[in-house]
Amino acid sequence: MKAKVYVTIKQNVLDPQGSAVQGALHTMGFEEVGKVRIGKYLELNLNTSDRAEAEARLTAMCEKLLANTVVEDYRFELEG
Amino acid sequence: MKFAVLVFPGSNCDIDCYKAVEDTIGQKVDYVWHTSTDLSGYDAILVPGGFSYGDYLRCGAIARFAPVMNEVVKAAAEGKFILGICNGFQILTEAGLLPGALRRNSGMKFICAQTQLEVANNNTAFTSAYSEGEIIDIPIAHGEGNYYCDDETLAQLKANNQIVFRYAGDTNPNGSVDNIAGISNERGNVVGMMPHPERAVDELLGSADGKRMFTSILNAWREKNGAAVNS
Repeated sequence: MKAKVYVTIKQNVLDPQGSAVQGALHTMGFEEVGKVRIGKYLELNLNTSDRAEAEARLTAMCEKLLANTVVEDYRFELEG
Repeated sequence: MKFAVLVFPGSNCDIDCYKAVEDTIGQKVDYVWHTSTDLSGYDAILVPGGFSYGDYLRCGAIARFAPVMNEVVKAAAEGKFILGICNGFQILTEAGLLPGALRRNSGMKFICAQTQLEVANNNTAFTSAYSEGEIIDIPIAHGEGNYYCDDETLAQLKANNQIVFRYAGDTNPNGSVDNIAGISNERGNVVGMMPHPERAVDELLGSADGKRMFTSILNAWREKNGAAVNS
């Protein structure tokens, strides 16, 4: 089973990378761009076919290591 | 008194910390590798700056799970003195020994510069040799030193007098909440800070203001253990 994990900075926390990219896009003429958020994308191959177990394990991985929940949110998708 | 300087793959201020102990207070000091599972012989633990495990994923995120960190948590609970500097501060927040998190600098740039710090709390084992409100000159070198905590945590930090250093005046170089440069845990035996006192122990380095952090730790240890056992 394949998992896609997305980690983003919380909405109420400043994302300097996102702000810098937003500024660059505006400078380039893409004025329609509002807020930009930059995050991390991780692909994990899981050696299990039990979906419920995979979800529980992924939640633990995100909470413990993949995201710092003080400043980051996470979500994941399972395939297969 | 005996100091441990932790060494992770990617630590690069470990030698500075070792030398700072050796040169300023002349106490015993060892490098301790990140795989170590015993810190029982040490009175103080220094978690140095650098880029532990390449700072992959997030600063300090992987180092926080190194075997030696279980021992650091134990030592903190025993009341031993623990000082995390720069990447060491990031590791201590990731480990939950200190509240909050360090974000990327608000201006995006890595900043390497002398900064003016205000000693916000001189009532700790790490800062007793300073005066409250004193402005000291300590360098910073970081890309992710922007301290963050939510409003509730900030209120607790203030109520418990856990803010140890602030960037002086309006010099905040990285966007830290409430100009915070360093904090302690509630008990006061664990301190984390982004500036580098170990790089300010001699006028030749541009400032000797970091020296008193090390003398403070030694004095605090002597007070706790009685001057007679000093060695």
